Amino acid sequence: MDQVIGNLYGIDFTLGGTLLELSYLLAALFFVIGLKLLSHPETARKGNIYAAGGMFLAIVTTLMFHKNAQGGGIAPANIFIILGALGVGSVIGWIMALRIKMTAMPQMVSFYNATGGAASALVALLEFPNADMNNLGSVLVTILGLVIGSIAFSGSMVAYGKLDGKVGDIFSGMMKYINIFLLLVIVAISVFIMTSGQTPEQLNWAIYLLLAVSLVYGVMFVMPIGGADMPVVISLLNSLTGIAATMAGFIYNNQAMILGGILVGAAGTILTILMCNAMNRSLLNVIIGAFGGGGASSGKDQVGDMKEITMSDASILLSYSKSVVIVPGYGLAVAQAQHACHELDVILSGKGVNVRYAIHPVAGRMPGHMNVLLAEADVPYNQLFEMDSINPDMPNTDVVMVIGANDVVNPAAITDPGSPIAGMPIINAHQAKNIIVMKRGRGKGYAGIENELFFDAKTRLLFGDAKNTLQTLVSEIKSL
Amino acid sequence: MEQILVYFFTYKEAIFIIALSVFLGIEVISHVPSVLHTPLMSGANAISGVIIIGGIILVGHSDASKFSLELILGIFAIIFATLNVVGGFVVTDRMLEMFKKKKK
Repeated sequence: MDQVIGNLYGIDFTLGGTLLELSYLLAALFFVIGLKLLSHPETARKGNIYAAGGMFLAIVTTLMFHKNAQGGGIAPANIFIILGALGVGSVIGWIMALRIKMTAMPQMVSFYNATGGAASALVALLEFPNADMNNLGSVLVTILGLVIGSIAFSGSMVAYGKLDGKVGDIFSGMMKYINIFLLLVIVAISVFIMTSGQTPEQLNWAIYLLLAVSLVYGVMFVMPIGGADMPVVISLLNSLTGIAATMAGFIYNNQAMILGGILVGAAGTILTILMCNAMNRSLLNVIIGAFGGGGASSGKDQVGDMKEITMSDASILLSYSKSVVIVPGYGLAVAQAQHACHELDVILSGKGVNVRYAIHPVAGRMPGHMNVLLAEADVPYNQLFEMDSINPDMPNTDVVMVIGANDVVNPAAITDPGSPIAGMPIINAHQAKNIIVMKRGRGKGYAGIENELFFDAKTRLLFGDAKNTLQTLVSEIKSL
Repeated sequence: MEQILVYFFTYKEAIFIIALSVFLGIEVISHVPSVLHTPLMSGANAISGVIIIGGIILVGHSDASKFSLELILGIFAIIFATLNVVGGFVVTDRMLEMFKKKKK
């Protein structure tokens, strides 16, 4: 494999080196094809496997053929260590991925994104001592890899904590200024490192300071953003991790890393924008607006009370309806009630009721999350309707059953321009003839705002855990 | 200024790749239905674990005869990146498996 097979620009190249580059080209193609297939429902699973195959290929050929600048390959002792690290990471990653509940999927993705960011930051940190200080470009990519990787790491960890309910929203008007200040500090340290003319050894303190400030910035950047906007933030951080990997790719002039990283960077950015569109908000608004974190609040006081309904009344109402639409929200997922919900829809369908599900694009904690959860409970695909296709049918619907959803059915989005969610497209549950809302308690939704639908004259509430409530409802209907 | 131009020339192929990949990345996923946003994000996230190659190169060419801080941090970089790659692909597959089931 060390056999010289040609010469380019006066540099000999070997068979192994050529095979390595060829494998990187293949890996890059697999990434592109994988992403393409991932964006169609029928081919998505195959796409994921293609992308994984590309990654596997790149890892194996790097281990086999990679040479450093002096032409030295990877020594057996190092291969042993690397395989050990790969093994440990694979086992932990695999077990975590298999054990995680589908409801906790968003925080899992966020966690994995954090580890990717951490890896980029570590690689950049460890390569800094080898940087050629006379080559500003190479210093710049190392610094960018470190800064972006660190921000992606600490930001994703905060997002993970928020989705998991371990970290609350902390918001103060000051944070905006602190964040701008931190960004300026990051730029200042970077400029200093690039222009000081000192050796990497002398600049060691500066690079660790840069690491620390970037980590703090990542925390401060995500901290004030409300939980409801976390999917957008995760997508944004995901694209940052991709960009960090690209920067690290520049350090090694490694095409697979450069292409794989930038592909994710671009795809992540466009996905972020698509999600913002689904909520009718701009990205800037998400980052600065601090949705649900105590920003602008609707001054409207609610008149009237929430009116409860008894189980037997609810079961009669549902059983004698022609058309029922179920609006599932994250509350359903938290209570693991998707199976009980499917049971209810089967028994109602058996009585001749037309049961459909209305899925809001951001129902759950991520776009498409609710589809995954209902699919897990075997709800047939043709019963799931997107918001735009079911909304025109709402006035003809006898009963809308809102299970653990709140903001996605809040009419304030249409009626109250001062509301934080103003302009967000909603499922028009308020147009139905009857509305049954299942709720754990009288609290507000994820965005922290009052929902006038719950006080509507047509609305009746069933308080309690969604799973228990649904199970009781099913047995009530059976005994009718 | 001159240094930046020199850098551009040195890495011109890579910079071309970046410029074109940005459009490729946007084009490839711009028509994705919202149902697939979560799996796609998760799959893309796994691809961003390509930094694993960097970790392998780093540890591959470092001095393995003694346990330096550099080596240990490098090992952590590989472990973290592997978590990202393996966990990311497995989680994505689990999600997509559920979409497949309901077709029966």
